[in-house]
Amino acid sequence: MHEMSICQSIVDLIEEQALAESFDRVSRVCLEIGVLSCVEPGALAFGFEVSTRGSIAEGATLDIVDVPASAWCFGCNQTVEIARRGDDCPRCQGARLRVTGGEELRVKELEVV
Amino acid sequence: MCTVCGCSTSRPSASPTAEEGHEHSHAHAHSHDHEHSHDHAHSHDHGHSHAHTHSHDHAHSHDHGHEHPHEHGHHDDGCRLLDRQPAPSRHPLAAAIPNTADGAAGVTHPGHRRDSTLDYGKGPAGVHVAGVSQRRLVAIETDILARNNRIADRNRARLEAQSTLALNLMSSPGSGKTTLLVETLGQQPGGDVAVIEGDQQTANDAQRIRATGVPALQVNTGKGCHLDASMIERALTQMALPPRSLLFIENVGNLVCPAGFDLGEDAKVVILSVTEGEDKPLKYPHMFAAASLMVLSKIDLAPYVDFDMQACEAHARRINPDIEIIRLSARSGEGMPAWLDWIAARRESLRHKALAQAKVSLDVVEDKSV
Repeated sequence: MHEMSICQSIVDLIEEQALAESFDRVSRVCLEIGVLSCVEPGALAFGFEVSTRGSIAEGATLDIVDVPASAWCFGCNQTVEIARRGDDCPRCQGARLRVTGGEELRVKELEVV
Repeated sequence: MCTVCGCSTSRPSASPTAEEGHEHSHAHAHSHDHEHSHDHAHSHDHGHSHAHTHSHDHAHSHDHGHEHPHEHGHHDDGCRLLDRQPAPSRHPLAAAIPNTADGAAGVTHPGHRRDSTLDYGKGPAGVHVAGVSQRRLVAIETDILARNNRIADRNRARLEAQSTLALNLMSSPGSGKTTLLVETLGQQPGGDVAVIEGDQQTANDAQRIRATGVPALQVNTGKGCHLDASMIERALTQMALPPRSLLFIENVGNLVCPAGFDLGEDAKVVILSVTEGEDKPLKYPHMFAAASLMVLSKIDLAPYVDFDMQACEAHARRINPDIEIIRLSARSGEGMPAWLDWIAARRESLRHKALAQAKVSLDVVEDKSV
């Protein structure tokens, strides 16, 4: 379950920021997770609670913002939105697509006290 | 601790009733709740607490100057009020504070917080509103895996500078990674070859590699389900590979987690055996999206299993239009030349890249020396 190490990375990142931005308590963590990223939000939420125990983000609310997936369709010559990898183009039903977005895995912002 | 004045003994009052708000919060009333106590007003602990004696109504004001400068406003208010309308209660401030219509003076006093890092100017609107807990947003906008990616970049630069080709081999357990490696190592034309073996436990795979005469470092991830860049950085330091080496990194057998972690390799290679399902590229798309090459292994077993290689390849290309595909069998040797050629081409292209970079550096130096 790599979500645990991802959560650990989030905690590391928060603690780095705490030094840089001078805060010592985090009440909310907002993440942007692409729908094509290799992360399962449920597992992430579980891992987050475990990983933040004893850290300055203990008890913080976790907000996950889904970032939709986009792909370049070679048939339509334009960017289209897809639901998952391997989907056909929703416009022309072509299969020649290259994923261009939706793999994000970012900490967007923190609400600190 | 009292969140109003910071004293360690009194309790803050959540509901600022007349009595509590002030007794607790500052007065430390307990310490000298009795009238006579003022004689130690000079001892400056809590002048105000005995304000009721009115005789030295403000004697206390100075008391606080040094200790809790922020308290001034408070006391002054209190005292002024007291002067105007002597408090019925035994504590002057007790009357003063809660009676203020907005309660602002008393209840939430920013400066009273012992937390020295709080800066109300950093509130959401740049202001402090009494009674509203202080929160602010810190925009981070940082990749969660930024740290791993930084280390991976460092690994990549280090490997490229040495013209060492690193391949990250990934698959589910039992696809034949180690068997393919053992065969591959025996057929390398020359140069130094090394292997990093990632497994949760045991050094069995490293031992199999070492039996071929190639140095192998076993990385046991314990409960970890993948290798990460820092593990590889440590391994590289420990192995001290000679320049122009060929390094195979055999990741933990897992078709999910290793896909997300850049190690600093030149290419990711996913190995899928024909004894698995042909729809694995669709079921585990991250891995196939991340890989540059898919090796379809154990093709000597294809006649005995129900595996449609063409369908599998179509699935892989649907997920990743750029993926290269090689069918092989390490056991029969079929397809092995294509795999060995692929590695050789990759090494050659890396060598050209390293040469080009070295040339740029040289040009820079020469320009400077002119």
